[in-house]
Amino acid sequence: MGFRATPREGNGATVIDVSGRITLGEGSAVLREMLRDLVKKGQKRILLNLGDVNYIDSSGIGELVSAYTSIKNQGGELKLLHLTKRVHDLLQITRLYTVFDVYSDEQTAIQSFR
Amino acid sequence: MGAPTQRIEVTLENLLDSVGLAEDICVRIAGKIGFDDDDCHKIGMSVREGVINAYKYGNAAQRDKKIYLIIELEPQKLVIHVLDQGRGFNLAEVPDPLAEENLLKTSGRGIFLMRTFMDEFDVRRGQRGGAELVMAKLYPGSREPDSGPQPAQGEEG
Repeated sequence: MGFRATPREGNGATVIDVSGRITLGEGSAVLREMLRDLVKKGQKRILLNLGDVNYIDSSGIGELVSAYTSIKNQGGELKLLHLTKRVHDLLQITRLYTVFDVYSDEQTAIQSFR
Repeated sequence: MGAPTQRIEVTLENLLDSVGLAEDICVRIAGKIGFDDDDCHKIGMSVREGVINAYKYGNAAQRDKKIYLIIELEPQKLVIHVLDQGRGFNLAEVPDPLAEENLLKTSGRGIFLMRTFMDEFDVRRGQRGGAELVMAKLYPGSREPDSGPQPAQGEEG
């Protein structure tokens, strides 16, 4: 499945519905550009919906970490929604599950930005 | 005493496309010899990380270099070698990505993932001078203490 990322307005936050693989050469660069653009436009409450992402490699993890740090440094927040089992396990083994704010319910995630 | 080792060698161009190609080849072979979806995913991801390492760090993305992928179907395990034409590296010097000070680093998790997902992992000096990553996954039956005969091996040579 090819990479796809679609941003939408979510009650004061930007929800990005991501599907496909976030890997070197596939989703990583596209996601990076999209997040950069959103932050440039002043959108700093970003919720990444990873419900249709079944594969993230080390480059994809690096991209998520980079976005998390850069948005945080600019006073914003990047949170994750609907992790698939594989992505959940990957964040667990890399100890990043404790770094990211992860949600399984969109409304709860959006409310947490306030 | 299983069947003799079958060996497949593939020479890959030092291109980003080779990462997915190597992953596909190994996942297909792993599936054919009886690994389940989860193991195929782990093997594929380890190969992907190994070839990214070769392409990006070992061969420094230089177009004239090659990546050598060797797949061996040993009696007890699937062994995969990824060789580059770089300068090699010492595994002991690779920083621990789980250390507090490295958690927010944007790179440095590839080796860790290969180590985690495979049953065996090592880095040697390759015969061609670069790094040789060697990773192995035991066949499903080989992991259980009461395992019977070896799983059927692929017919492909």
